[in-house]
Amino acid sequence: MAPKKSSLKEPLVLEKAQTGIQGLDEVTMGGLPRGRTTLVCGGPGSGKTLLGMEFLVRGAVHYDEPGVFVCFEETINELLQNAAGLGFDLNELWQSKRIFIDHILIERSEIEETGEYDLEGLFIRLDQAIKSVGAKRIVLDTIESLFSGLSNFSILRAELRRLFRWLKEKGMTAVITGEKGADGLTRHGLEEYVSDCVIVLDHRVANQITTRRMRVLKYRGGMHGTNEYPFIIGSSGIEILPITSLGLQHSVSDERISSGIPSLDVMMGGKGYYRGSTILVSGTAGTGKTSIASKFADAACRRGKRCAFFAFEESAHQILRNMQSIGMHLQPWVEKGLLKFYTQRPTEYGLEYHLITMHRIVDEFRPDAVIMDPIGNLGDVGIIPDVKAMLTRLVDYLKSKSITSFLTSLTPPGASLERTEIGISSLADTWLVLRDMEKEGERNREIYVLKSRGMAHSNQIRELLLSDRGLELLGVKVELEGVRTGSAKASQEIADSRITDKNE
Amino acid sequence: MERKKADEVWELRLYVAGQTPKSITAFANLKKICEEHLAGKYRIEVIDLLENPQLAKGDQILAIPTLVRKLPPPLKKIIGDLSNEERVLVGLNLRPASC
Repeated sequence: MAPKKSSLKEPLVLEKAQTGIQGLDEVTMGGLPRGRTTLVCGGPGSGKTLLGMEFLVRGAVHYDEPGVFVCFEETINELLQNAAGLGFDLNELWQSKRIFIDHILIERSEIEETGEYDLEGLFIRLDQAIKSVGAKRIVLDTIESLFSGLSNFSILRAELRRLFRWLKEKGMTAVITGEKGADGLTRHGLEEYVSDCVIVLDHRVANQITTRRMRVLKYRGGMHGTNEYPFIIGSSGIEILPITSLGLQHSVSDERISSGIPSLDVMMGGKGYYRGSTILVSGTAGTGKTSIASKFADAACRRGKRCAFFAFEESAHQILRNMQSIGMHLQPWVEKGLLKFYTQRPTEYGLEYHLITMHRIVDEFRPDAVIMDPIGNLGDVGIIPDVKAMLTRLVDYLKSKSITSFLTSLTPPGASLERTEIGISSLADTWLVLRDMEKEGERNREIYVLKSRGMAHSNQIRELLLSDRGLELLGVKVELEGVRTGSAKASQEIADSRITDKNE
Repeated sequence: MERKKADEVWELRLYVAGQTPKSITAFANLKKICEEHLAGKYRIEVIDLLENPQLAKGDQILAIPTLVRKLPPPLKKIIGDLSNEERVLVGLNLRPASC
């Protein structure tokens, strides 16, 4: 091969083979390294075979790259069945010569080793398979089976090295799977031979809920996110939540949007929230968090914007009915397709499921605003630091899309009001706190703006009134020409004798 | 009526991939063993996978060389250049493993 003229200006471009697997191409920034071998390792049931299969099937169906699947442990029928369960018709792909499936059986009891040998038979077999469909992709699941069948490990290792070189010469983008070892990534140290890309799949069951994580351990020559990514095995395959915590790079908007409650807007510099910011409303039970969230949704829809309402405690019907009783009619927005409710009890599925579902819905529905009510419930299904990490990523993602996020959080009874269950107050740009106050034998609601970045906001605690006319903060002057709070308000009161006293 | 063991013809298949030193050695060793232990009642078929690659699948051949005892049953596979005569005999069931 003639040596290439090297130029310092030319970057080495590593070509990538798109996988078509939800989220994986984002995480790897384009796919798996083309013409190289990727090792996918993990424990039993972690999804290795599935990843390999999806890589192949989607390669054939979406990217016009035929592939070969070599299985060592599953029978072909088992493979076909598992694939069918995810909507992949392997039979059809086989008939149309886009996928070739080969089952290599190694019966240790049948084999006696009597001297020097090599694995040329395997090479010939693979060559046949590749030729039969003109394959560009190949999956070997799991090549470690060779170690169970043959006992001369030094021959095996030498031949494996030869195999990966051979695959590379043929320009094959290969995925090999390996079972997790006691020490080291795989039982037989496959990671020593695969230096191009290593993906680790983790699978744990905690409290009867399955938790899955994927990590790109190594990716030579290419950048990749170094985090752990939660994923699920959904009805059509693997879905990875691709967002990293790289965040903090998004541009911010100057635009202000109404909370839907004019007297609350007054408390925030007269204009309301920043578009694309994160708003947190916390408070003890029954203080009106969902109502404030709903008012925000109402205001957004009124402006023709789309709002996704993730409700983790109440049903859509309940919320609509409750809001109706305080004069809020959200039904028309639902009918217009501007307001969509997504209700799911968190405890039914793992945290990844919820986050991935939310992510997918955001991608499909493209809302301008997202409400999560309440986020505390997500803590029921995940370990708290996990929940916080994932919520952070999701909120970051929303911010990067200039989507305004509105989170409600239940303050546990007896806890300090300025404490949130998951400790995500740092995520919030605006933080409204609701509380109950007993006054003269009555239970009244109060609200104050604890913080609101980037704007002057009122420091007053106001009584929040919920009536069939809607929500209102008492003692806040709302006037057409402008708004006054604090000492300015006092001066206004003196000067203007026509002001209606709303305190009665 | 039981067929006498003396009448059984052994069908042996030797899989190779071209004429390599290992393959030539294996064939030579095989002939020697057969003449010594199965004189007159064996048949060796040499299958070159370079000429007939599709045949690798049928007998699940991965290693080269591989000797397959097709008849009499049970099927046995012996891989390597057959230089270890003891192991070949054990593998072919011509000698019990304990000897």
